[in-house]
Amino acid sequence: MHGNLTMDGAGNIAVDVRQQIEDLIVDYAHAVDDDRLEEWPEFFTDVCAYRIIDRHSHAKGRVIGIVECSSKGMLQDRILALREANVYEPHVYRHLLSGTRITGEEGGVYTVETSYAVIRTMQEGDMSVFSAGKYVDEVVFEGGRPLFRSRIVVCDSNRIHTLIVIPI
Amino acid sequence: MGFAMATSIKETTTWPNDGVSRVPYQIYTDPEIYAAEQEKIFRGPIWSFVGIEREIPEPGDYQTTYIGDTPVIVLRDLEGEVQVIVNRCAHRGNLVCIAKEGKATELTCVYHNWRYDLQGNLKSVAFGKGIGKKGGMPDDFDTAEHGMQRLRTDTFCGLIFATFSDDVAPLPEFLGDEMRENIERVLGRGMVLLGTYSQYMPNNWKLYMENVRDSYHASILHMFQATFRINRLSMKGGIKLSPDGWHHISYSIAETDKEEEQYDSKKLRAVKDGYTLADPTLVKGWREFDCGTTLAIQSIYPNFVVQQISNSLALRLCLPKGPEECELLWWVLGTDEDTDEQRNIRIKQSNMIGPGGVISMEDGVVGGWVQRGTKRDQDKMTIVEMGGRDVAPSAEGRATEVSIRGFWKGYRECMGI
Repeated sequence: MHGNLTMDGAGNIAVDVRQQIEDLIVDYAHAVDDDRLEEWPEFFTDVCAYRIIDRHSHAKGRVIGIVECSSKGMLQDRILALREANVYEPHVYRHLLSGTRITGEEGGVYTVETSYAVIRTMQEGDMSVFSAGKYVDEVVFEGGRPLFRSRIVVCDSNRIHTLIVIPI
Repeated sequence: MGFAMATSIKETTTWPNDGVSRVPYQIYTDPEIYAAEQEKIFRGPIWSFVGIEREIPEPGDYQTTYIGDTPVIVLRDLEGEVQVIVNRCAHRGNLVCIAKEGKATELTCVYHNWRYDLQGNLKSVAFGKGIGKKGGMPDDFDTAEHGMQRLRTDTFCGLIFATFSDDVAPLPEFLGDEMRENIERVLGRGMVLLGTYSQYMPNNWKLYMENVRDSYHASILHMFQATFRINRLSMKGGIKLSPDGWHHISYSIAETDKEEEQYDSKKLRAVKDGYTLADPTLVKGWREFDCGTTLAIQSIYPNFVVQQISNSLALRLCLPKGPEECELLWWVLGTDEDTDEQRNIRIKQSNMIGPGGVISMEDGVVGGWVQRGTKRDQDKMTIVEMGGRDVAPSAEGRATEVSIRGFWKGYRECMGI
């Protein structure tokens, strides 16, 4: 693992590791925004967590949020359902990311936080800020590639407008 | 059949001649009808669900919510009694509690410091005697006459209800035996709040409540189970209505106790070929209820829902937010008796419900489509005659709209139209 390679003497994360983690976060957003959703589960480890929960519920330690996936298979099922089963009005997201910071590293698990905003554009042209908040991530390296072991989307609002089918 | 409605409802206070098998589109958009509903339904002869007791366990704990679109405070007073008080200062109408939840020993309006006890009684008024004997309230101002508006309140099975009405029957009677029985079955083991969220929808609140009562759309609109071949055929089910038709339960009962086997794909209906779940633990459950009930969607008139979908337990409250918007509040629940494994199953199954629910997300969007589809044609009507045109107390099978007709029966009785 990279654990012992990533910190310099002052506890700073190595530049190449930081760059790979930031690339992971950016690549993820582009895959979703570009409708390459079949790639979305591949940003995660096989055993993983992907949750969407509002900040108030998250602070209270609620175990159920708006989405609660606990395996890559569940992520794949969500995308297949989006393509084949679910009914909704066509729309796209635009993720705006900012302020990625690596808050810690332990045993090769990097804890990372990134602010996000998602603008949703409906097929008729209506645009709105669909969600804003932060990602709370745990990133690990497998085969030299960074992957999310856990990604918690902590959204500032507890309201979801209409429905959420495309992952944030 | 046809258009029997000569002019608008609000002018004539009549309903289409075809009774509750027809609903005029006007009822989903008209601002005057919306205002009348606030008075005649939400302040009328109904009990509104406002929260769960365990969310305000200690004296002084409070939450703020709404009955219809009227803001209310739900609190536990210093004697430990649950109180529901309109969230409005008797002085200038300011909201007294701003936070969604908190703890207080008294209610104090920040605007002019009018102070109330936790039963809404006015205790004091700032500068009531004036300043330096100048100004102040008139000598005959009586604090006893200027309390906050306290509502009739009752609880059942950990659920808090309140009403503006002096006339509505006591809560147990309003719910009735059959409805109470189902609430107790689902919630009677000690509610544990696992999650809450809100779904905001661009449609009139009644379109969502019709959707809840519409058991006939489920296998048509919601394609997740069919796509992944997890629709179970070996079930019987039906509709129960309260004697007045106002409340309903749509239910399914597994005919065998071999639920596990029914997840075997060979025994399931294949609608589309080729799709299976990568992680089938999503739909894994356990036989939670001895009666074998696998699904029970219950609506308490007008806007409250108790849900059991397999092992997914939840409460929903649909709040009107103007004629063309509504907010659906969700409480996702477990019980005191849950093992860790059962808790985990509930968490997984939560992926099927709510605004991101793979089975039910469509319920959040279809109302908005009806809203847009009907807006321009206020004089036309929707058809509600699947399974007949009457409001029979129970029905076999779920290819029926009888519980929607029950809703409109209650609606007409409250609205007097």
